Amino acid sequence: MESTDTYETDHLKATELRLGLPGTVEPQKQSPATASIKSNKRALPECAKDCSSNNNSCASDVKDGDCACAPPTKAQIEGWPPVRSYRKNCFQPKKNEPDVTGMYVKVSMDGAPYLRKIDLKVYKSYPELLKALENRFRFTIGEYSEKECYNGSEYVPTYEDKDSDWMLVGDVPWDMFTSSCKRLRIMKGSEARGLGCV
Amino acid sequence: MAHSFPEEVLEHVFSFIDSDKDRNAVSLVCKSWYEIERWCRRKIFIGNCYAVTPRIMIRRFPELRSVSLKGKPHFADFDLVPEGWGGYVDPWVSAMGRAYPLLEELRLKRMVVSDDTLEMVSKSFKNFKVLVLSSCEGFTTDGLASIAANCRNLRELDLRESDVEDLGGNWLSCFPESCTSLVSLNISCLGSEWSLRNLSALERLVGRSPNLRRLRMNRAVPLDKLANLLRRAPYLVELGTGAFSSELHPDVFSNLSGAFSGCKELRALSGFWDVVPAYLPAVYTICSGLTSLNLSYAAVQSSDLVKLITQCQNLQRLWVLDYIEDSGLEALAESCKNLQELRVFPSDPFAAEPNVTLTEQGLVAVSEGCPKLESVLYFCRQFTNDALFTIAKNRPSLTRFRLCIIEPRTPDYITLEPLDAGFGAIVQNCKELRRLSLSGLLTDRVFEHIGTHAKKLEMLSIAFAGDGDLGLHHVLSGCESLRKLEIRDCPFGDKALLANAAKLETMRSLWMSSCSVSFEACKLLGQKMPRLNVEVIDERGPPDSRPESCPVNTVYIYRSIAGPRLDMPAFVWTMDEELALRLS
Repeated sequence: MESTDTYETDHLKATELRLGLPGTVEPQKQSPATASIKSNKRALPECAKDCSSNNNSCASDVKDGDCACAPPTKAQIEGWPPVRSYRKNCFQPKKNEPDVTGMYVKVSMDGAPYLRKIDLKVYKSYPELLKALENRFRFTIGEYSEKECYNGSEYVPTYEDKDSDWMLVGDVPWDMFTSSCKRLRIMKGSEARGLGCV
Repeated sequence: MAHSFPEEVLEHVFSFIDSDKDRNAVSLVCKSWYEIERWCRRKIFIGNCYAVTPRIMIRRFPELRSVSLKGKPHFADFDLVPEGWGGYVDPWVSAMGRAYPLLEELRLKRMVVSDDTLEMVSKSFKNFKVLVLSSCEGFTTDGLASIAANCRNLRELDLRESDVEDLGGNWLSCFPESCTSLVSLNISCLGSEWSLRNLSALERLVGRSPNLRRLRMNRAVPLDKLANLLRRAPYLVELGTGAFSSELHPDVFSNLSGAFSGCKELRALSGFWDVVPAYLPAVYTICSGLTSLNLSYAAVQSSDLVKLITQCQNLQRLWVLDYIEDSGLEALAESCKNLQELRVFPSDPFAAEPNVTLTEQGLVAVSEGCPKLESVLYFCRQFTNDALFTIAKNRPSLTRFRLCIIEPRTPDYITLEPLDAGFGAIVQNCKELRRLSLSGLLTDRVFEHIGTHAKKLEMLSIAFAGDGDLGLHHVLSGCESLRKLEIRDCPFGDKALLANAAKLETMRSLWMSSCSVSFEACKLLGQKMPRLNVEVIDERGPPDSRPESCPVNTVYIYRSIAGPRLDMPAFVWTMDEELALRLS
């Protein structure tokens, strides 16, 4: 296999933990630690160019995206650190902080073979959550408006609440959403008719 | 010589041989010993449910009473194995229902279990006694109701860390009044909200189980109910509390304290959700007898933790959150000289900055003060080679060492060098090391050390480490005892894998995700090694829709005499040529 830099550094860059939208290269304050990390890497086989289909590439999940200027979200590395999810859902912050426990919910997307889990606790608002979903699942949702909801979007985010009803993400205030959301489903826009808006 | 003893005598002798390894050795002596042994084997452990089929198991061992099975690979614990991958126990239970009507024990780990399966278990085995479901999923409280209702002689129901859907029913009251055989009940994984009916069903169940020795409850059991439960079960050896919080009330406290002091056999405590520190002293009277303490859900300050822990001079196992901090670990090292196992979990794994002062110092202190320490799991944010040298020098007796520095590729924070030398010291000094998890900045050098020295190593976990194939080659060619290898996000590729193909048949399994293994290499391996199942997991679609040189997302390789499995979902492909042809 040929050796070039691009695949490896992209791949590794993509899995680096950092604050900032995936795909953006910010001027971070480079601590000495991160500086030496870069110099220790060896070049690695590059995946052939035509390996990249439309939206996918051989790099891992977090990548690309022409991100608008939304507030920076945490790039969570899948399955890292290696802590069981029941621990994440149970742990409590220091006593001084408000009681916000981790909230892992399953996310499925029509047409995608995998189910994923995300931690709702990490996000503080709908725009943050939607941006993260767009990045994770590689699709676009578009704008949400009270009147027209997700009109025109190819995909529509929905969720199942405590009463087992399927609702449109964004209908209720954020806090109410996080406390009642049992699971998420990213539906094809055409299927979301019955949910009150489209 | 074998024919000079009647079979019955040999069978009687074999009945004293318990360990699987010894039993396997016995069966290899000669044909008649093989025959006698297989008819009298009562217990079997199958580390990978896809390595063998139910039919093969039943054909060889017709009289089993106890079966243990493991399904998904370990990384499933961290959501790296997609839902629907496999590990279904149903075909096993169906086959055993017909073949082993006298089955008494079933122990499953990381398997998918349905309510129907549980109902089948409860109705197929008249003498069923022990059900352990460790990290399993796929079932609800309805399935538990069948077990409760139909298993007349149930001794043990242990759901540790399983993902159970709580349908809100009242399954505990399905245990008939005549059921008094319970010895062990672990429902700690169940939810945090329960009806009063469930609570009183639990109280009645505990009250009529004179043999109950292990009781682990869930968060929903409130503290003010605990005293009553303890008074009904004063011979408990292991207790998992529910939520450990209540309005501060002197009566509740003294009631609880009194109840605890009545439990003179208590050796293990766990639970402690939502702890109100003022209630911790209620357990002080039994601390000196404790050998195991699990405070890994207790979000309390170091000083409160220390007050409790320093009373437990006989402690052998401690699980705790990093709220204990270095200072708390120093106190632990002073007080608990019998400590064998320490696990420190992160309270806030995603925080950008450390939220507590837990560093390498804490672990060094424990390694200095606790001469019997052999097992470590430690999450922290910084480490040094020096600290690892010290730990290795202090504790050559370590058998399990798992260090997780939370940020990937973090170097020695003082010298900024990789941690190769430090981990090298661990494997060189700790000659009995069986399990190792690496983290931090690591080059191929660490794998050279591991391949050279870690001769007893059985399980190795690697993440974000190494420079290239040489690293993997060192491990596969050097670690003689290696059984399980799991790797993620490392630049390991085809060369090392193919060069060490034969080694893979001596191991249980190899997992490699987000590495550099090409589809072509997977196919080649599948062709070359018919007794290996080579499975590619890829969300992007069939691997042959991309160039052959393209790395696969995940490859999972395991030895098997069952051939490729037939229950793969749409995102898993076997590299077995025959099967692929058959199915196309």
